[in-house]
Amino acid sequence: MRVVHYLNQFFGGLGGEEEAGAAPQIKDGAVGPGRLLEQVLGEGAQVVRTIICGDNYAAENLDELTELILRETAEADAELFVAGPCFEAGRYGVASGAVCSAVAAELDIPSVTGMALENPGVDLYRQDIFIVDSGQNASAMRDVLEKMAAIALKLDRGEEIGLPAEEGYIARGILRDAFVEQSAAERLVEMLFAKTAGESFESELPAPTFTPTPAPPPVLDMSKAKVAIVTDGGLVPKGNPDNISAYAATNWGSYDISGVSDLKGEDYEISHRGYDTRYVEQDPDRLVPLDVLRELEQDNVVGEIHNQFIATSGLANPLATSRRLGREIAQNLKDQGVDAVILTST
Amino acid sequence: MCQVTSVVPVAKMVGSNRVVQGQGIVHVLGNADLPPEEEKELRRKTVLQALEALKSEAGGSQG
Repeated sequence: MRVVHYLNQFFGGLGGEEEAGAAPQIKDGAVGPGRLLEQVLGEGAQVVRTIICGDNYAAENLDELTELILRETAEADAELFVAGPCFEAGRYGVASGAVCSAVAAELDIPSVTGMALENPGVDLYRQDIFIVDSGQNASAMRDVLEKMAAIALKLDRGEEIGLPAEEGYIARGILRDAFVEQSAAERLVEMLFAKTAGESFESELPAPTFTPTPAPPPVLDMSKAKVAIVTDGGLVPKGNPDNISAYAATNWGSYDISGVSDLKGEDYEISHRGYDTRYVEQDPDRLVPLDVLRELEQDNVVGEIHNQFIATSGLANPLATSRRLGREIAQNLKDQGVDAVILTST
Repeated sequence: MCQVTSVVPVAKMVGSNRVVQGQGIVHVLGNADLPPEEEKELRRKTVLQALEALKSEAGGSQG
C-alpha cells in the first residue's frame, strides 16, 4: 500500500515555532511519525512521500498547499493519505482536515487524520472525514496511529467502519438505519431504570457540548467605541438580496445604514420562519435598535455606530453552520475595526 | 459582544458571556402594547443595559 503523509514543521523535524513560516517540502519516504505509521499499517505499507509544511505557511496559503498535496498524492499513485496526528495543534489540525477532505473528495482514496476534541479542525472537518480522537498528549502517538491505521485499512478494503466509540474516531454526525432488538420505548425505560438506580447507561442522543469562550475584556471608553448591531432575527432589506434562507440559513448579510436614523418597516422584511414577525416588520427598530443607538451616538454615549448591520436567520441551524457563520461575522467586524457588538436574538 | 435575547437560558447554555434580558421573542427590543414613546424609552433602557454589560467584566447577566 502506497501512502502519502502530511506533517507540520514540528513533527516533520524542521523545528519549532521559529520554522512555522516554512514553505512545503517534499521528501521521499517516511519522516518522524511516518516510520511508526508504516509499522502499524503492517506488511506492504510504504510511505512513499512525506509533505512537510510550516503551520503559519499552511494557514496563510491553504489553497496553494491543498493543490500541491493533491498533485503530489496523485503523482505518487497513493492508495492512502494520512495527515498528523495533530493533537491540540490548531493550525496543524485545520490544515490536516482541509487537505484530508480535499484528497478524499478529489482523488477518491481513503484519508485519515487524528486530533484532540478541542482542536478547531474537528468542528470544521469531522463531517467530511475520519478524525481519530488523539487526546491531547503526543506520547500516545503509537496508540493514535494504530487507530488511524485500522480505519485506513478498513476503508482500503471497502469494509464498513463501526461506531465512533468502537473505532476511536470523532462522531461525524451521520445517522444510519439499523435493526435493533428493542423498541425505542423499551430502550428508554431501561435507561430510565438504570438512571434511577444510579447505574451507567449510554444516551443514544448525546447533547452537544459547548466549550467555554473566553470573554473579551470590557470596553474601556464607550464614548470612543465603534459599535455594531448583529441580529439572528432575519431582518433583511426588501427583496432579501442575499437570499438568506428563513430556515437553516447558511449565510449572512451586511446592510448599509449610514445616514439612517430610524429603520422603516416599508424598507425591510424578515426571513425567519420561527417567530411571529409582524411586530418587527411594523418597526424593525424592535429588533435592530438603530433609532435609540443613533441618539446615543449623537449624545456621545457611544463613539460611533458601524455603518452596516449584520443579519442572519437563527432557526434550525446545524451547530457546525452556526459556528461558521459566527466566525465569519466576527472576522468581518474585526476587519472593519468594530470594538463592540450588540447581538439581538429572537 | 453582548447578547440581548428573551431566551436567556439558551444564550447561557451556548456560552454567551454577556447577556441582557429582552422584551419578548416577537420584539426583543420593544413592546407593541405600549404607546410609541414609552416603547422607545424601554428600548433605550435595554440598549443602555447592553452597553453597561459591554463596559463591565463579563460573568454576570444584566436585568
